[in-house]
Amino acid sequence: MYRQTEIIKDASQPGIEGDMVINVGPQHPATHGVLHLVITLNGETIKKVEPHLGYIHRSIEKMCESLSYRQFIYVTSRMDYLSAHINNHACALCVEKGLQVEIPPRAQVIRILMDELTRIASHELWWGAMAMDLGAFTPFFHAFRERETINDIMEDTCGARLTMNYIVPGGVMADLHPDFQKKTKEFIQLYKRKIHEYDELVTGNIIFQNRMKGIGYLSPEDAVSYGCTGPTARGSGVSSDIRKLYPYEIYDKLEFDEVLESAGDSFARYMIRIGEMQQSIRIIEQLIDNIPEGDFQAKTKAVLKLPKGEYYSRVETARGELGVYIVSENGTTPYRIKFRSPGFSNLSVLDHIARGSKLGDLVAMMGTLDLVIPDIDR
Amino acid sequence: MWSFSGISNSIHEWLSQTFNPTLTIIIEMVIAGVAVIGLFAGLGLVLVIMERKVSAWMQIRLGPNRVGPKGMFQSLADTLKLLVKEGLTPTGADKLLFNLAPFIAMIVAMLLMAPIAFAKDFQLWDLNIGVLYVSAISSMMVISILMAGWASNNKYSLMGAMRSGAQIVSYELSAGLSVLSIVVLTGSLRVSDIIQSQADGWWIFKGHIPAVIAFVTFIIAVTAETNRAPFDLAEAESELTAGFHTEYSGMKFALFFLAEYVNVFIVCAIGATLFLGGWMPFHIGHWAGFNHVMDYIPSSLWFFGKTFFLIFVIMWFRWTFPRLRIDQLLNLEWKYLLPISMVNLLLVTAMAILKWHF
Amino acid sequence: MFIVKYIKDVWNAVRSLLKGMRRTGYYFTHHKEIITQQYPDNKDTLHLPERFKGEVVMLHDENNEHLCTGCTACELACPNATIKIITKFDITPDGKKKKAIDKFVYHLELCTMCNLCIIACPTDAIKMAQTFEHSVFDRSELTKILNKPGSKIKEGVE
Repeated sequence: MYRQTEIIKDASQPGIEGDMVINVGPQHPATHGVLHLVITLNGETIKKVEPHLGYIHRSIEKMCESLSYRQFIYVTSRMDYLSAHINNHACALCVEKGLQVEIPPRAQVIRILMDELTRIASHELWWGAMAMDLGAFTPFFHAFRERETINDIMEDTCGARLTMNYIVPGGVMADLHPDFQKKTKEFIQLYKRKIHEYDELVTGNIIFQNRMKGIGYLSPEDAVSYGCTGPTARGSGVSSDIRKLYPYEIYDKLEFDEVLESAGDSFARYMIRIGEMQQSIRIIEQLIDNIPEGDFQAKTKAVLKLPKGEYYSRVETARGELGVYIVSENGTTPYRIKFRSPGFSNLSVLDHIARGSKLGDLVAMMGTLDLVIPDIDR
Repeated sequence: MWSFSGISNSIHEWLSQTFNPTLTIIIEMVIAGVAVIGLFAGLGLVLVIMERKVSAWMQIRLGPNRVGPKGMFQSLADTLKLLVKEGLTPTGADKLLFNLAPFIAMIVAMLLMAPIAFAKDFQLWDLNIGVLYVSAISSMMVISILMAGWASNNKYSLMGAMRSGAQIVSYELSAGLSVLSIVVLTGSLRVSDIIQSQADGWWIFKGHIPAVIAFVTFIIAVTAETNRAPFDLAEAESELTAGFHTEYSGMKFALFFLAEYVNVFIVCAIGATLFLGGWMPFHIGHWAGFNHVMDYIPSSLWFFGKTFFLIFVIMWFRWTFPRLRIDQLLNLEWKYLLPISMVNLLLVTAMAILKWHF
Repeated sequence: MFIVKYIKDVWNAVRSLLKGMRRTGYYFTHHKEIITQQYPDNKDTLHLPERFKGEVVMLHDENNEHLCTGCTACELACPNATIKIITKFDITPDGKKKKAIDKFVYHLELCTMCNLCIIACPTDAIKMAQTFEHSVFDRSELTKILNKPGSKIKEGVE
């Protein structure tokens, strides 16, 4: 409480050397949610960025400790709501590690297909929102056209558009919808037909390139030491794709590239995500005609009990590495759960890369870090 | 033929027959004032719905479609809402300046209406320095923005205002230089002279490439001067929430909003007058027959057609491009637009002396 | 050459901007591409997937009989305590006491549509309905009793 009052006092009075302290957020159009940044400015130049968390802290970790191993998965959809399905996947993997169950091949393929669709949907939204941060409104709606198609596919199979809760320990909740393959192929067609518009509207635009190139430089050493993962780290040339480094499900049998850029600036991070969408399409194309027949769910007991011990699993969400750490005391509920969320570490570099740049750049950098605030706050 | 000039002349004749000359002038001034206010309100309504429809169609949306036929009365409903909204004044604000700023914005926009020729022989005031008057008055716009930003006692507003100050002052230069290039070709600052000089073709065609360059520079510069995207740094809603009018609400906000749109209209009207011949129909050299056919289209239609085309282009910019950063904005002006327009002015001057234009 | 590079830069910049304008201009003139759905107007033709998770309902057949045995599997499966089953004891014709549901209370305001109750139900008595307009003026209206008044369990369901 003491800290909080101090901040408010600081923000309402001019700083010592004539600095201007501005509260960006919790309610601000640039923060995509309720992130609270206290920015110290010298004119237009940023001297310091202090993120203040806690505005939407819902104590998800603590909530999970009172829920059974089947129940707690759905809560994690509310962390990184844009890659809700991948969050659920991480939790299910951790529980399955404890239960020592074998996942049927069909369930594995379904999970990966859904993961990649979620990843594309998440990157689409990021693309639109980021263009909007830079003042271009039109791309947002164009991105939503493709994203809606994915949401429709999700709605058909999972029954929900955003917080699917499709994964259960041992497999998936229901079999694929009969139209799934047809609709996914249609989506791939649509995506390939529209992908050049992304270049025309945003990527190739000279204003956009000037806003992005050379801005927010993050060196590989800093990316590692701040614990950045996902596209943020890969933009600096740090190989960090969990799908490649620690393959789960059948990712090791699939052909796809880890997209890497070496520039380390905002534009590199942007290109990583654009490239990742293509790679996800590639993965989906490999799998869509080769979904093995069989069960979509392994036989599990009605009440799940993890043996005493510690379990950790990690997956690559659209934002980076999501780790799930479960301590079990041989009960029906976890003794302790900890999520290592990608957004938290990625946010921590913001101060480092934003110092010395302009206020307009801060918004662009926050866009390239792809922050989802409920993921940071949990 | 039925025309604006005919109507204004008959009103003038009737008034001077009925009243003495002093009263006639007073009544005419009142009529002009009411007409300007009416045009002001009408333009606001039309341009707001136009912008919303243009943006919607570019963004594969339908746009407003509930109020009236195809949503055409949407801006009327918006105005009604803004009228009944409470106009808040923040506690720490400088009350006088805070409340004065929107009116200055509106007065500036209204003053700019004076030298614009809306149709053949239909002009409020054909003063001999018309173009100079426009550039002089339009630079007053920055005062209202600075006033609003400073008086709001809000850091976002202040930053928006300071940005806008730097921006408008810089872009005035290249706007002025491109206007000058037409003045050089015409040899007159009077608006009616400039339009008359385009009777055998618009300057954008007659002036070869230098006129085209001047036109492009002019459009870019006025987009920046009216604080429209991609140069909307004064508002920059993803950085400064709403920039200089963050603290304004209700009708005071609406006045800023209106002034922005009327300013867009005015700069486009100036652009149309200088480069596209104002109310002058599309004439090609001495093709008498063709020119005669073109004259059948009323001059007011020509004027509004050209102006709305330019307005559409500026809206097109807004809904396509991302916003520039403040230093890039100033770089663009000082490193690119200003040198280009200076060289261009030199070319135009040489062209005017050597009589290379048609 | 400096001047050539300068002109090239300007030209490339202008070209990239024109490309974007061509794209938005295309959509401005092609109204067929508009994807907006006029929601309340298209209510009659609106098609929701059969798996859409809107709200939990209990199935009743034409004899006002349902399949719920009151086993509370769904109540246990629910993460949010959305479901509360109040049981009673019916007297069967041969004088035996039999457990049956009195009220199947469903708190829609707590429900996150996670589908766990549906997959937990051993008799498929409940399912997800495709309704989605849940706004009401009074919060208490969201607390629903799913078994219809006077309904009873179908013969033969254990």
